[in-house]
This record gives sequence, C-alpha cells and structure tokens, in this order.
Amino acid sequence: MVGGFRWAAMFPDEVWEHVFSFLPADADRNAAALVCRAWYRLERRSRWRVFVGNCYAVEPAAAVRRFPEVRAAAIKGKPHFADFNLVPSDWGGGAEAWVEAMAEGWPHLEELRLKRMVVSDDCLELIARCFKNFKVLSLVSCEGFSTAGLAAIAANCRYLRELDLHENEVEDNCLHWMSHFPESCTSLVTLNIACLEGEVNVSVLERLIGRCPNLKTLRLNHSVPLERLVGLLHRAPQLVDLGTGKYAAQHHPELFSRLESAIAGCKNLKGLSGFWEAGPTFLPAIYSVCEGLTSLNLSYATIQGPELIKLISRCKNLQRLWVMDLIEDEGLIAVAASCKLLQELRVFPSDPYGAAQPISLTEHGLVAISAGCPMLHSVLYFCRQMTNAALLTVAKNCPNFTCFRLCIMEPHTPDYITRQPLDAGFSAIVESCKHLRRLSLSGLLTDLVFKSIGASANRLEMLSVAFAGDGDAGLHYILSGCKNLRKLEIRDCPFGDKPLLDNAAKLETMRSLWMSSCSVTLGACRQLARKMPLLNVEVINERKRGLPLELQPDNCPVEKLYIYRTVAGPRSDTPSCVWILR
Amino acid sequence: MEDHDNLKATELTLGLPGTDALEKPTPAAPNVNKRSKEEEEECCGFTGSSGRPAAKAQVVGWPPVRSYRVNSFRERKMEKKEEDTTGIYVKVSMDGAPYLRKVDLGVYNSYKGLTDALDAMFKGFSLGKQIIQRQAHDPHGVAEGGDESEHAITYEDKDGDWMLVGDVPWEMFVSSCKRLRIMKGCEARGLTTSP
Repeated sequence: MVGGFRWAAMFPDEVWEHVFSFLPADADRNAAALVCRAWYRLERRSRWRVFVGNCYAVEPAAAVRRFPEVRAAAIKGKPHFADFNLVPSDWGGGAEAWVEAMAEGWPHLEELRLKRMVVSDDCLELIARCFKNFKVLSLVSCEGFSTAGLAAIAANCRYLRELDLHENEVEDNCLHWMSHFPESCTSLVTLNIACLEGEVNVSVLERLIGRCPNLKTLRLNHSVPLERLVGLLHRAPQLVDLGTGKYAAQHHPELFSRLESAIAGCKNLKGLSGFWEAGPTFLPAIYSVCEGLTSLNLSYATIQGPELIKLISRCKNLQRLWVMDLIEDEGLIAVAASCKLLQELRVFPSDPYGAAQPISLTEHGLVAISAGCPMLHSVLYFCRQMTNAALLTVAKNCPNFTCFRLCIMEPHTPDYITRQPLDAGFSAIVESCKHLRRLSLSGLLTDLVFKSIGASANRLEMLSVAFAGDGDAGLHYILSGCKNLRKLEIRDCPFGDKPLLDNAAKLETMRSLWMSSCSVTLGACRQLARKMPLLNVEVINERKRGLPLELQPDNCPVEKLYIYRTVAGPRSDTPSCVWILR
Repeated sequence: MEDHDNLKATELTLGLPGTDALEKPTPAAPNVNKRSKEEEEECCGFTGSSGRPAAKAQVVGWPPVRSYRVNSFRERKMEKKEEDTTGIYVKVSMDGAPYLRKVDLGVYNSYKGLTDALDAMFKGFSLGKQIIQRQAHDPHGVAEGGDESEHAITYEDKDGDWMLVGDVPWEMFVSSCKRLRIMKGCEARGLTTSP
C-alpha cells in the first residue's frame, strides 16, 4: 500500500458496503476483497449471494463463516458426465454437509439452488424447519428425496415463492404432499412439478393456484389430464410460463374449444413446455398464443414434421426452441424462415440408440438455421451426418455463438462426402466465434482440431470431448492454450500421462477435469497428486478385482479420473470405488 | 457381411421389438481405442478387418442424452403403444386377393402415407391417385388426366356404413375407420362419380 495512507477509512463502512452492492459478479467482489484487510472485512459482510460450482471445493463451514449474511446460495455437486451414467451412483455430492452448515450459520437463508446433488428427505425437513424466511427452492437433476420431503417444505415454508423441481428423480411415497400447503400459502410465483412421476390431486392444485395471484410459472406433470388443464388455466390466466400435463385425450370438439379459449385467456403467456404424448389433434389449441411465445419446449412431444411446421411458423417471436429431430431439415428450414429472433435451438434425438426409422435431419437443417436466424448464439444439435463444408458455412453465418454443442451420434463419423475428419469444420467454428464459451465436439477428429481450439478458443470455459484425437498432443494443445478454460470433460480419447503432468499448474486454474476411458496411468495420478496439494485427484475404479489401489503398480490403467481444485483437502465421504490420491 | 451365426437375432439394441436397426455406414476409424476386452464389457465392439462394428453393444453414456430424458421418452413410447387410441390395426381386404392384410393407421400422418403403403402391399394397383385428387378438390381427375384407376379404397366406419376413403380430414378418418376394403372398378365407379 502507498505510504501507509489508510484510504479505506475515508468513508464509513456503510458507504463502502453500498458501493460493493453494485458489484454483483463474484469475480469482482473477490477482487475487491483482495485489496486490503478493511475491504476484505467489508465485502464479506455485505455478500448475500454465493455460488459454489463444486460442492467439494470448500468446506461448508468455512464458506458459511466467511460470508455470514448470505441470503441466496447455489451449489453444484456431481460432474456433468453423471447425467450420462458415467459416474458411479454412490460417488458423492450429498447435500447434508452443506444444509447442516447453512442451518447453523445462515438462519436467514431465503434461496437455495442445488444441481446434481443427492438431497435426502432429512435435508428437506431441515430446510423446512430452520430457515424461517425461506422463499426459493430449486432442485435440478438431483435425487435422493421423495414427495414426503416435499410435503415438509409445503407445510413449513410460509413464504415460499418458488418450488422449482427440474428433472429430478423423486420417489413417490406421499400422494397428498400438495395438500400440505396451508390455506395461508398465497405467495407462490413458480411451481414446477414436471418431473414428478406420481398422480397429482388436481383439485388440491386448483385450490392452491387459485389463491396464489402472483403465480407466473406453472409446470405440471404427466399425470394431469388435458381436461383438467382447462380448469387450472381459468384459475391462473396471468401465467407467463406454462408446462402442460399430458397433452392428449379422446378427440372431442367440445374439449378442444374449451382448451383453446382457456389458453387464449392467458394473455401473458411467453413460454410453453410439457406436451407429453401430444398428437396433431390438440396442437391447434395453442395457435392463439403462438405469436407471443418466446420459449417453446416440444422436446418431449413426438409430433411429426408437418404439424411442427404448422405450429412453429406462427411463433414469430420465438427466442428459444427445444424440439425433437422429428422436425427434420424441412422443419428447420421453416423455422429459419419464420423465427427471426431465435437465439437458442436444441434438437434432441427421438431414437438415440435404434435408428429404426430414418429421420431426415442432417447438416442442411443446421445450415439453414444458421443462415436464417441472425441472433442465434446457442445450439445443441444431435444428428447422424455432417460435413466440414456445412460447419464452415455455419461458422461464417454465426460468429456470435456462445455455445455450440454438436453430437454426431455414431462415434468417429467423418465428413460423409469427403471422408475426411471434421477438424476443418470445428476449427472454423472456434476461429470465427470469438465469444464461444461452451463447445462439445463429435465425429472423427485428429489432434489438429485441438491445436486450433488451444490457439483460438480464448473465451472457452467448458469443453466436452469424446472419441477424438490421436495422442497426447491433443490434450496438450488444450491444456496449454484455452486461457479461460474452467471445465474439461473427456471420454474415450487416447490421451495419456504426459500432457497431464506437463500442464499440472493449469489444473489449478480450472474448476475440474474429468477423464474416462483414456490412457492415463496410476503412476501419473500419484505424481500429480504429490505435486499439486491444492488438487483432489480422484481415481474411480468400479471393478473390484485384484489388489486395492494403494498396492497397484504405477502402470495400472485408470478407468475414470476426476480432478478438481479445492481448499478443503480430501473429502471424507468417498465410496469404496473412489480413491483420493495424496 | 454374411450373417453366418445369426448375429442379427442376438444383437443387442434398444429399439422396440419389431424395429430393425438400419445398415450403418462403415465408419472410417483409424484411431480405434485399443482397450483389452475385459476392461470394457460395454465397449462398442469395433472389430473385424472391414472396421465394421460387430454385434454392437450399446456404449455407456453415448450418445449423451440425459438418462432422465431417455427414460421419460421411452416410458411414454411404451405407454403410448399400450393405450394407443390412434394407432389402430385394421384389416384390409382386396377384391380378388386370396387373403387379407392388416395396417396400423397410427403409423401414418396422411392419406398419402396410407395409400403408398397399400400400393406396396397390393402391388400393381394404382390406388392412391384418386384419393389425392379428391383431397385436392379434383374429383374427376381433370388436372391429372382422368379417372383411370380400376380400384377404389373404401372403409367401414363406426356406424357400419361403407364410405369412400378420402372425403374427411385424416384424423377423423383414423378415429372412425374399422376396416378397409379395396373394391374393384365396376363397383367402384358408382362411388367415384360425384352427384
């Protein structure tokens, strides 16, 4: 500091806290906290929102102690590849340690968002009991709880505003959990129960939403029949986001017109989803609101191309579209013509394993969208064929991509016309899209593509690689380049020890690295662990044969490897298939 | 590749019973991951001199579709097949043919799909043209050059009446059709000329 001038004392603490309140981004607050001790003290007392990207990166108690005034916390658990069954089910990510620490140190907590964590009913009961001002519970891709736990939340959280359950595995053991919302509960703004498997008492739901005038988001589950949707909509015409229940019923002109008018009555509707089992019969019932829609999720609906085209062509203001590949190229060409404000497109495979019926969704659809939608910046696209030429065109049309995830479903698929690897195509993407933050690769790829990525992808934060590369050079290019890389996940690539050891320091600048079915040996992992005390090097070996890991030789191949930076040291909840090397 | 050992019958796939996996193009795979067999039972077996996958087991976690989505979709697909209200198998009889056939109306989206399938089933009889003409408000086939077909497709509806296929919207037809009959020319002519 310059000559002992204590400039932090120029203003009273409250002024600095007020200044800091204009720094919402954690990175900025972290930087402020490093300026001097006074600012560190002031900043920590004024931070009310924390985001923990890896639940094992810090001890819960330490986080709670440092930021005593937190009102909103978001925590993530398992690595992303857990979504695809690559992580053993008992790996970890339990929420208890966090919930207990928070109950102790953050009694005024209002918002809790958990992703890919194991949340027990006990956790939910603790939340319901301990946080008197609790308002928002968001659980995404979590498991371990049941509707009994939800009943506790419903019964005790008097000011609950959001209950957002997104794609969780929930055991259904309490049929009437929704009846636990007291009559006095009128504060709901978001209710998302789409992932629940069990029956829902629709009459109870009707009464609940009838007394919640601020309800903006309602996402039903599959068990709510179409006939009952009408009644629900009548009670909540102010909805902005609706997830339908089952969207099929016996054809019935009266039901159709009642549904049509109930939907038309929702003048503020901007988002639609659900549509389980939707067929062509009842789709036209939503035509009246199409023009106002900004978000449409048809990815669980097996509607065919022609009906999809009829529907989507009416959605002139669509910004986000999630759809099945049943839309085919023709449908995407129609989308490109109609949806000029489109920002995000996700096309999911209707038959990822079979290819029973050929679907005409190819590179042409992607190219059409890239040409027709100038605001497009985020793509997830599952298809079966691709060419470098198409990717070059896409790269030229869309220099503003922030997220590009292409999944060519058969591993090692080359450019189907030239039979060349797709290096040139993906290189064009990273060279053209200077703001690219997330990239997923697929198809036949050599080390060349990694050279381009390492050199050009300066803003890249997350990279997913599968069945690609020739050898160590590929991984070395990534780890020695990609200045802003935070998460790297790799499977089935011939990457070995050398690039890992040569770039050990890089791993401390990243959140995490996952490698499975690569060519890494136990010896390299041991070396890495010794060299880098601030990393947890987790070796996952699910096959319980032979010697325990401590006795295995250095050249023993490692099936799955998960490395993450942490200030908490090795975690204490590892299952038998996980070893943390020291 | 000749199927000496009836590999097809023992092939593991995740398609529904009765669906056949398409022939996949030979992938150029110069960088096959060399893993010992015992290390990866679920490994996609890239073996053989041609590089073509042998009886293919599913690779774990690939393609990367969330298990939530896969389960959700598969369950609905199964349920839909069980309690299908629109996928109906109806008998198809053809005058002069020695046996009947069955079609699943739920598989098609339009009259074209159905007539193409019937054309294939009862090869050599151009049945489709008329229906397309009628749907296009061209009952006498003036645009197409005349009413040359010798057959008409008819169906028995819920009330037991025999109707000419193609008059009503597709969805309505599917929900009321109980069986199909392909009638011979002489009987058919009476139906195709409009009053």
